[in-house]
Amino acid sequence: MREYSCFDILGPIMVGPSSSHTAGAVRLGRLARSIIGGLPEEVEILLHGSFAQTYRGHGTDLALIGGLLGFNTNDVRIRDSFSFAQSVGLKFRFISTDLGDGFHPNTVKFIVFTKNQEKLTITGSSIGGGNVVITEINGYEIKLKGDLPTIITTHQDVPGVISRVSGVLANYKINIAFMRVFRKEKRKLAQMIVETDEQVPQEIIEEILKLEPIVNVRFIEPA
Amino acid sequence: MNYISFGVITVHFRSVKELIHEAEKRSIKLSAVIKEMEVEVQEYSLEQIEQRMLEQWYVMKESAHIGLKEPKKSMGGLIGGEGKKLNEYRRGTKTLAGQEINKAVSRALAVAEVNASMGKIVAAPTAGSCGILPGVLLTVQEEFNIPDKEIVDALFTASGLGIIIAQRASISGAEGGCQAECGAAAAMAAAALVEVRGGSPAQAGHACAIALKNVLGLVCDPVAGLVEVPCAKRNALGASLALVVADMALAGIESVIPVDEVIISMGEVGRALPESLRETAQGGLANTPTGKELNEKFLRKCVCQS
Ligand code: SF4
Repeated sequence: MREYSCFDILGPIMVGPSSSHTAGAVRLGRLARSIIGGLPEEVEILLHGSFAQTYRGHGTDLALIGGLLGFNTNDVRIRDSFSFAQSVGLKFRFISTDLGDGFHPNTVKFIVFTKNQEKLTITGSSIGGGNVVITEINGYEIKLKGDLPTIITTHQDVPGVISRVSGVLANYKINIAFMRVFRKEKRKLAQMIVETDEQVPQEIIEEILKLEPIVNVRFIEPA
Repeated sequence: MNYISFGVITVHFRSVKELIHEAEKRSIKLSAVIKEMEVEVQEYSLEQIEQRMLEQWYVMKESAHIGLKEPKKSMGGLIGGEGKKLNEYRRGTKTLAGQEINKAVSRALAVAEVNASMGKIVAAPTAGSCGILPGVLLTVQEEFNIPDKEIVDALFTASGLGIIIAQRASISGAEGGCQAECGAAAAMAAAALVEVRGGSPAQAGHACAIALKNVLGLVCDPVAGLVEVPCAKRNALGASLALVVADMALAGIESVIPVDEVIISMGEVGRALPESLRETAQGGLANTPTGKELNEKFLRKCVCQS
């Protein structure tokens, strides 16, 4: 049986109306922002399932934009996040769609154009009680819950990468809570997700980036 | 008080009976036992958890004030302003249900409306049922001049019982219907009220049991899938019910079926509910002609504006 805290029962403090359609949506937006590495230039947001049907009544659209702006789940500015987006020049568009079978009913896909004209796709779902999972980044299937500090690498799929990355973390006494590798094809590009117990400072991220097979590293703050 | 020696027991309260027994054996309040348990589980100090609960209490109060003073239309447009309406109606008149109940219900409605219009609330235990605890506790605080510290204790009592309900039954509409959301909130609130008014731990247990018994089978059937209709008015039900059963328990009325058995039965009833009555917006009020019409209107609105 699960061990509950009193604050699982009373709490969290949040902006309503729904933990899955509002609070979860804010967290998805925040995680997307973190993966992008800041505010995007432009974003197309595809809504699937229940998100597509009831997003307006739950403020899911305002919540997703609020998250992209970096707001927390208890930030009352979420209600007005569209005007905040306008004031910082974020262009966005919502499209109700059907992503197909096999997607959780509360799923969103971000198609992002970054300030450096990079195109990025991020898919995630709100799976209940404000919990979320990112399931895809740029065509790579992954699983990222975003409740711990997370490092995502893109690297050449060659032997030894995992131990070299974990070696760097061990040197700085950063404990790995969870680690998983995803790849589309053998010996091409792969992605690794490393969830850690501690925050990972920028210099460590840069050290990992210097490792030869590593193409790209992102650090995701817990949302 | 030695936490270590109670360590094994405190973390393992699995029934309200054990909780009550522990409190009565040591002649302390239920909230004292629950706070010990929380300190144990969370690895935070007593002061820290009390402070955190106090902050949540301030947010609860604020949400009630905002909802009564500046009501807003909900995101789906189905509700807004009902709490204020009832509050104005009850002022200076003799009402059928009496001042306390109408005060509590107007606050419960107000908080539910704040939630539905994207205001800040405390999930208690869920966002849909967030009006019940602030509604009744704010009212007893005003009527009986109760300091915040005692209300914070009552919130611990409420959440301790909520933990057992979550473990043995459910606190999710998708799992157990509205009996698990507004029903659980009413049961938690009833126990909290008994403690605030100086009732015994056993009386708090009876209040919790009687409240749950009265909502057994309550379905979750949100119109258009929104947390508006019937959610806000079920918060009114929960608040009034909590006050009534707390009075019953304080008068010495007992639940014939023990509270733990009631909780387990609520879980069983919840699992027996068809999926159409568990938050899917397929049955109950969502499936009435008006419910369906509102749903369609709402869907059209979504599509046109996007
Ligand atoms: S009807 Fe369903 S969504 Fe509404 S408050 Fe009850 S359990 Fe929550």
